[in-house]
Amino acid sequence: MNYSGLKIFWEGLTGNKGWNKVWKEPTPKKEYDIIIIGGGGHGLSTAYYLSNKFNVNNVAVLEKGWLGSGNIGRNTTIIRSNYLLPENQPFYEFSLKLWENLENDTNYNSMVSQRGVLNLFHSDGQRDAFVRRGNSMILSGADANLLNDVELKELCPYLDFENARFPIKGALLQKRGGTVRHDAVAWGYARGADAKGVDIIQNCEVDGFIIKNGKCIGVETNKGVIKAKKIASCVAGSSGKLMSKAGIRLPIESHVLQAFVSEGLKPILDNVITFGAGHFYVSQSDKGGLVFGGDIDGYNSYAQRGNLPVVEDVCEGGMAIMPMIGRARLLRMWGGIMDMSMDGSPFIDKTHIKGLYFNGGWCYGGFKATPASGYCYAHLLAKDEPHPVAEDYKLDRFLKGKIIDEKGQGAQPNLH
Amino acid sequence: MFIINCPYCGEREQSEFKAGGEAHIVRPKQPTELSDDEWAEYLFMRKNIKGVQFERWVHTHGCRKWFNVVRDTSNDVIKAVYKMGEKPPTK
Ligand SMILES: Cc1cc2nc3c(=O)[nH]c(=O)nc-3n(C[C@H](O)[C@H](O)[C@H](O)COP(=O)(O)OP(=O)(O)OC[C@H]3O[C@@H](n4cnc5c(N)ncnc54)[C@H](O)[C@@H]3O)c2cc1C
Ligand SMILES: [Zn+2]
Repeated sequence: MNYSGLKIFWEGLTGNKGWNKVWKEPTPKKEYDIIIIGGGGHGLSTAYYLSNKFNVNNVAVLEKGWLGSGNIGRNTTIIRSNYLLPENQPFYEFSLKLWENLENDTNYNSMVSQRGVLNLFHSDGQRDAFVRRGNSMILSGADANLLNDVELKELCPYLDFENARFPIKGALLQKRGGTVRHDAVAWGYARGADAKGVDIIQNCEVDGFIIKNGKCIGVETNKGVIKAKKIASCVAGSSGKLMSKAGIRLPIESHVLQAFVSEGLKPILDNVITFGAGHFYVSQSDKGGLVFGGDIDGYNSYAQRGNLPVVEDVCEGGMAIMPMIGRARLLRMWGGIMDMSMDGSPFIDKTHIKGLYFNGGWCYGGFKATPASGYCYAHLLAKDEPHPVAEDYKLDRFLKGKIIDEKGQGAQPNLH
Repeated sequence: MFIINCPYCGEREQSEFKAGGEAHIVRPKQPTELSDDEWAEYLFMRKNIKGVQFERWVHTHGCRKWFNVVRDTSNDVIKAVYKMGEKPPTK
């Protein structure tokens, strides 16, 4: 069924009786060409691009909970392509281009809103670094504008420009960056994959691999054994736990990241503001809530909730740049489990076990990567060759000294 | 917030401490003789356990000493603390 304005109008007049289920609820087949483990954003976009762009349809997505129960439904929805390193920037720009056409591609309203992302700077040194970053963005075909304090004041007069510790001197603006309705992304991809014959199987947890003669030929699940020619792990924060079942150790630790929403307010913020020096970022949702977040909690954990010291830290960051939000009340907060890699960069690669593939290590920045991650993973799965923009995301980069440390912070998750 | 029982100072708030990751990763005796693979294994690969984990913490805003903690990473409950060099508790 195609969605359109006319269809909504017609259904409105005829009692909304003509809507179909968005995806089916199939029982798993005995065997598939490809099994994708994890029905988060990346798993579903992989299934979508496999079936819609690479003509591989005999595919199943196995999700242990419901679609959107993981980080895809927990993140703060920011998209951007403002990276510095040549291993990263072309990939994220490819992703942003896919975002720009996502709603046409999937015929689903994902509320892609290119409202602009601002990165604040506070010193000459930081300004120089942002000029360099902006140039690297432009080289990859992305857009970047450097705003001085006068130009920024016109956009965001309420910022605390005179802050004693971090006076605001300007910002790097990416106009094409913005936000997307996160769970609609999962639903849109799921619907598009389902329409091409992909089986999306919820409440199906993988708890083991069947490996024969060094080749992975299937998975053990709570719904029985399911076989496949290729098995693609895509479980974000659960990567370490799942891959250990195949005896694979990863340069990844799982950490909690929290997000916060204030009570609904009148429109005050029409872009995304990030305050890197204090680690605070914020946007306003269409319902009026301020959506914001900051640092990871900083210790290896699978408890899907965070702790109070970070709450305080994040709120202090907010108060430092936008004192006007001081009287807004916090409505909700929650945590998600991040697959923090040692250098802060992801993996889209084969493993040393034949037929077993790995996608993970997205840290707290994997939402913006959702389309490109799925596209490149689908490319790898369909052709057994990495997509050119993702060819550096290899598991053996730590063996070769080729780490991709975007922030130049060093090799430990709680530094990124 | 959780309370951590520093083996030197006693119970203090979590915000006084910093996590140092998996414990008991032994530094290779002869680093010059390691292959790149073995070196990477030592430096970067982690168990990343969901469940009871042995890990290191440092009392940054206190005595500044390192020590070990046994914590269940699925719910953050701390089961035991012990000093560096001591044998991990078995129960
Ligand atoms: C609070 C917060 C804020 C964030 N903000 C941003 C942001 O502003 N911008 C940005 O780019 N990124 C952001 N991120 C990061 C982003 O959300 C993640 O990197 C990304 O969603 C991870 O990929 P995913 O969608 O596939 O993960 P998930 O949605 O977590 O998908 C993994 C799925 O695998 C399933 N699974 C796990 N184990 C098994 C198993 N054994 N068998 C079957 N299924 C299994 C899980 O149930 C889950 O549904 C944020 C994350 C959090 C938590
Ligand atoms: Zn102490």
